[in-house]
Amino acid sequence: MKQDKHGKNHKFGMVVDLDKCTGCGSCMVACMSENNVPFKEDESNKKDSLTWMRVYKITNGKSFPETEICYMPRPCMHCGGKGDHGHSPCVSVCPAVATDYDHSSGIVSQIYTRCFGCRYCMGACPYHARYFNWWDPKWPEGMESYLSPDVSPRMRGVVEKCSFCFHRYQEARDLAYVEERDDIEEQEYQTACTQACPAGAITFGDLNNPDHAVSQLVEPDAHNCGKPKNPKAFRLLERLQTNPKVYYVSEREWVRKAGDNYLDGEWEKVKNNHGKDHG
Amino acid sequence: MFWGSMSNCIINILIDGVFMSELEEKTENGSVGAVEEGASGEQKAGGDSGVGYGVLFFIGAFVVCFLSGWLLFPNLLYSKKEQPFNFNHALHVEEMGGCDSCHFFREDGSFSGMPKTASCLECHEELLGETEDEAIFVAEYVEKEKEVPWLIYSEQPDCVFFSHAAHVVKAGMDCRSCHGDIGESTTTKTYEENRITGYSRDIWGKSIWGIKKNSWDRMKMDDCAECHQEETGSKGACFQCHK
Repeated sequence: MKQDKHGKNHKFGMVVDLDKCTGCGSCMVACMSENNVPFKEDESNKKDSLTWMRVYKITNGKSFPETEICYMPRPCMHCGGKGDHGHSPCVSVCPAVATDYDHSSGIVSQIYTRCFGCRYCMGACPYHARYFNWWDPKWPEGMESYLSPDVSPRMRGVVEKCSFCFHRYQEARDLAYVEERDDIEEQEYQTACTQACPAGAITFGDLNNPDHAVSQLVEPDAHNCGKPKNPKAFRLLERLQTNPKVYYVSEREWVRKAGDNYLDGEWEKVKNNHGKDHG
Repeated sequence: MFWGSMSNCIINILIDGVFMSELEEKTENGSVGAVEEGASGEQKAGGDSGVGYGVLFFIGAFVVCFLSGWLLFPNLLYSKKEQPFNFNHALHVEEMGGCDSCHFFREDGSFSGMPKTASCLECHEELLGETEDEAIFVAEYVEKEKEVPWLIYSEQPDCVFFSHAAHVVKAGMDCRSCHGDIGESTTTKTYEENRITGYSRDIWGKSIWGIKKNSWDRMKMDDCAECHQEETGSKGACFQCHK
């Protein structure tokens, strides 16, 4: 799809420091209330619950005393697809153009009124970041008036997912327009999960802007589809070439290894040359 | 039973029609009117008087369906609602200045939209003028400190994010481009609500045919896209205008 070429293109992304994450779940709560995500009577029923941001628990599989645990928050990865051309897995399969790649922000949009619920995107997404509304949202009495007016609530029969709090970008731009500025500041557009994290594990910003913390943390390689030059940083399922915009950082090797599936001996070959291997 | 006999009737008309046109082709006099032609066809076919009535019935039914579709249906589709009281835009524009004296941008860049009752108090704390509408406003809303439940003609569906800042400040557009001459109106028109969608009629446009003469005649997504295509060379990404 042809895009608006006005202005410099952003590439909003997120860096999660897994060594800082305590697994408290604040990001999940903040996300749900910010984005009017409906909750269910039984949130433990994962076939029914919707979690745009979900914290997974992974372990190194070793027994005591070597057992280690890592919590991994997983929003939508906002994949740019191979070569960053916007062919993310979900966008490629959507028959309704209900989900689309915005080249000016790098955000994968989801238009609920356009979605007709075929759920191809859910099948295509390798990160399980998309959720289907099996039911209409049911808010406890009186809670409807507490919903955010900036995010449109979803109806039964459509797919939803994390939008990197896109409405906050829209609002930040509005302010910039009124103040007659050309662009927004880093702090003006931050996602709800980023701000809610008490450990400061989540960082958000423009990966294309070398002044932003995210690009300094992971040093995305512009000539290699944004692969992190920082050897401690990795992306989930890097070798699928989905080109995600969510990066994880960990000092622990087993955590970095858990970011993808490796055959025996394969990890040893790639672990030290993260930035250069397999394009 | 009714539909069965109806469909039989229609089939008969169609068969008669085909038969008739064959006969018409045989007649050399092609310049006579349709009714005469039908009559001559009847005579040649051996006095089938049903054909003429069939054609009449078909035309009659067509006219009835056509008119009910284009004239009656729109009236059924929209319910009419009146504003809480009449508002004179022209008078206020004259007194206050431009649109932005009441419909302003907030400090955070968002658009205030409908003014709150509090912002009217400066002038309307007490009765100002002798109109009935003024009396309603002061008695029902100013004294009771309530907001006026205005029906917003240009209210977009919930999934739409419209940035007034981008259009008015950044692109320097005139309010009139989308809202028309509402600033010159002296009364509030009847609000028409689509019974199915609940949206204002101004979104689809007054013309049920979809004819658009002015840029403010319609406010559908296609109308946004049309202007975006002209002005920016692209219809824009989905998230630009959706939320």
